Amino acid sequence: MEAAAIQLKNLTKTFGSVVANDKVSLEIRHGEILALLGENGSGKTTLMNMLSGIYYPDGGEIFVNGKEVIIDSPRDAFDLGIGMIHQHFKLVDVLTAAENMVLGIKEKGRLNTKVIGEKMREICEQYGFNVDPDKKIYDMSVSEKQTVEIVKMLYRGAETLILDEPTAVLTPQETEKLFAVLRNMKKDGKAIVIITHKLNEVMELSDRVAVLRKGIHVGDLVTAETNPQELTNLMVGHSVTLNIERTLCEKPVKKLEVRCLCCTNDDGVKVLDNINFDAFGGEVLGIAGISGCGQKELLEGIAGLQKVTGSIIFYPEDGKQPEELNGKSPMEIIKRGVSLSFVPEDRLGMGLIGNMDLADNMMLRSYNKGKSPFADRKTPAELAEKVVEELEVVTPGIDVPVRNLSGGNVQKILVGREIASEPSVLMSAYAVRGLDINTSYTIYNLMNEQKNRGAAVIYVGEDLDVLVELCDRILVLCDGKVSGILDGRNTTKEEVGLLMTSLGGEKEVSA
Amino acid sequence: MDTLLNFIVAAVLAATPLLFGALGEIITEKSGNLNLGVEGMMFMGGVAGLAGTYYYEKAVGEPNAVVSMIIGVVCAFLCAMFGAFIYSFLTITLRANQNVTGLALTTFGTGFGNFFGEIMGNAAGGYVSVGTVIKAAFDEGIPVLKDIPVIGKLLFDYNFMVYLALGLTIILAYFLSKTKTGLNLRAVGESPATADAAGINVTLYKYLATCIGGGISGLGGLYIVMNSANGTGGVWVHNSISGYGWLAVAIVIFATWSPVKALICSLVIGSLSVIPYYYQIPFIHSAIYEIFPYIATVAVLIIMIFRKKKSNLPPASLGLAYFREER
Repeated sequence: MEAAAIQLKNLTKTFGSVVANDKVSLEIRHGEILALLGENGSGKTTLMNMLSGIYYPDGGEIFVNGKEVIIDSPRDAFDLGIGMIHQHFKLVDVLTAAENMVLGIKEKGRLNTKVIGEKMREICEQYGFNVDPDKKIYDMSVSEKQTVEIVKMLYRGAETLILDEPTAVLTPQETEKLFAVLRNMKKDGKAIVIITHKLNEVMELSDRVAVLRKGIHVGDLVTAETNPQELTNLMVGHSVTLNIERTLCEKPVKKLEVRCLCCTNDDGVKVLDNINFDAFGGEVLGIAGISGCGQKELLEGIAGLQKVTGSIIFYPEDGKQPEELNGKSPMEIIKRGVSLSFVPEDRLGMGLIGNMDLADNMMLRSYNKGKSPFADRKTPAELAEKVVEELEVVTPGIDVPVRNLSGGNVQKILVGREIASEPSVLMSAYAVRGLDINTSYTIYNLMNEQKNRGAAVIYVGEDLDVLVELCDRILVLCDGKVSGILDGRNTTKEEVGLLMTSLGGEKEVSA
Repeated sequence: MDTLLNFIVAAVLAATPLLFGALGEIITEKSGNLNLGVEGMMFMGGVAGLAGTYYYEKAVGEPNAVVSMIIGVVCAFLCAMFGAFIYSFLTITLRANQNVTGLALTTFGTGFGNFFGEIMGNAAGGYVSVGTVIKAAFDEGIPVLKDIPVIGKLLFDYNFMVYLALGLTIILAYFLSKTKTGLNLRAVGESPATADAAGINVTLYKYLATCIGGGISGLGGLYIVMNSANGTGGVWVHNSISGYGWLAVAIVIFATWSPVKALICSLVIGSLSVIPYYYQIPFIHSAIYEIFPYIATVAVLIIMIFRKKKSNLPPASLGLAYFREER
């Protein structure tokens, strides 16, 4: 039998204490399309980055055409015929397509764009692409850029192509075109890997599927012999019982009514498409979805940080007149008691200022309260003391810059501050990102306290086990659309997982 | 007619140090490094070039013009390159803030130049000065050709450094737009991650571009010190280079990082700085003329803000450090 194009044996990569890939073994074969499937953070991209020379593995071996190799840099990967098309294209905007082709190629002589253009045309004809070699990258659409990336890899003689979520930025028509091209390349004997979390694409395009879960290779299947349900189960794993206390909501009061919310990003792509839901006081509404499906835009839209169309009606306490929030400034929205604690990847991001101490960070919410021209420093300091004590924040004192605290403690302060303002709607995204179990429970309990106090809690989470245990209702987003709202008590992780990949169809369960 | 001719010649002479400074900075910035230490490197180049020629003269007694030219250029280039190397090490390897490091280099280079200039002066008993042969080497035009009436004066009566600057402009323009290495350099400045993924050695490119660019900038300092168009040539004058480095940085911006446009911009600024000596408008005080180059700089910078064309924008990752495994 012919040796596999690429064989990985026990590849391991860790970032700090996080194991991104744990002893992954995998085979990529010529003339075959392999789909690499997994949830967010399951280590798909990390694994492929080790093949393309961006990361260096901590352990394990890589074989190319049966020979063991060491991939130390992207150049090594090129020399071995491995080309990766990253999610963020690696193209120089101000150069033309042709100029981008030859970047870094060690060839003598001057730059002759005509010769390059000619060679590009040959490749395009062979596989059915359409690229203008003299067009500048900044004049191109996303799909054109992607085509340039693929042509670039072929131009450099890539035999193995790795595509990282290639369809995330494409329209359905463009996706079809891409798939046709990929099938042509497969016929030509190239080995192709697509990283994806869209099950329908896996079923449609791939020959084999490798499933990763939390950095571990959990399954290697032939596409024709499997089905979406089996794949979902592999992807999300078996349910874990977490025993998060969940009190029954006695009489839900409507706090927020979101109707026809739409949002278009800078590239003209619709990131939120006709979102409708209600949030009730006394319940936790979970929001599930693959990352980048509109969670961020949804929360920011409600908080007034993102321009959206549609209506967001806020129902104040004690039966005052409902108010439209869309169009109001973030400050006005906060004053009405709608608070957002968003924990971005770098944790500080929008919520806290790293160089300021705990007390000053508390002041960010209160500096403009009161009439005095001098800021009130005493109340925030007391609040900081209180948060430190109640949430068991590990810190030498409240006059320490926030950036000196560990990630978990930073998050406690962020969430603690938002809760201290006693919001009537508390939105929290990725509040437990990167936290250990105990700290996570502290945060869950805080959410529950707010819920029992009568606030509407909107919780965006990554861990499906937690969502299913914590939330009263779960709204599932898929590609900017609501693919379903489920009752947290009667649903399973698998059901949520299916909806996240848009196979469950529209389904509504009332709370 | 004579006034016009003299004016043009003076403008070219005034433009040359700016052009050196700007060309060096263009290469540097094309690699994504914003080196604000141009002025410091000019000081370093100037004092080193002067020292090289001065001690060469002292050693041999009867200096040869061509040898002294070479010694001056090489010393200036290497010394300024050393300044740029310090900057490179701090910003590329240690990933220090580029603005702060550049400003520090300016302060350092200014002190370096003045310190060694004064030391040499003290040792020489007052001030340091080279002899007539070396002075002439940095002042005189091309023999024979310069004696052709009008044309000779207009085209051939410049010192060798003017032609060197002109040659460098053409070479650089060709290098950046027509060679693969130039293309790679542009890619490094635009998007180091892309360049890295394409197999380009980003660190090497950044180091080389910054060091060579620094060396070229340093030649501007050598010119100011050695050429007598600005007053006395071949003598260390305290703070003689002040201001030129900053004008060079400004020229890079409104030349939109193009060597040929830098040539034109240098000429414009150069002529503005010498205009009062040739064309005086009676009711404008001569001091006003002195600020012309700076007014022009401000004006052009404002115009640049409104004229946003993609190909006129600075290298996209200018001022940013690159680290491959950053997530």
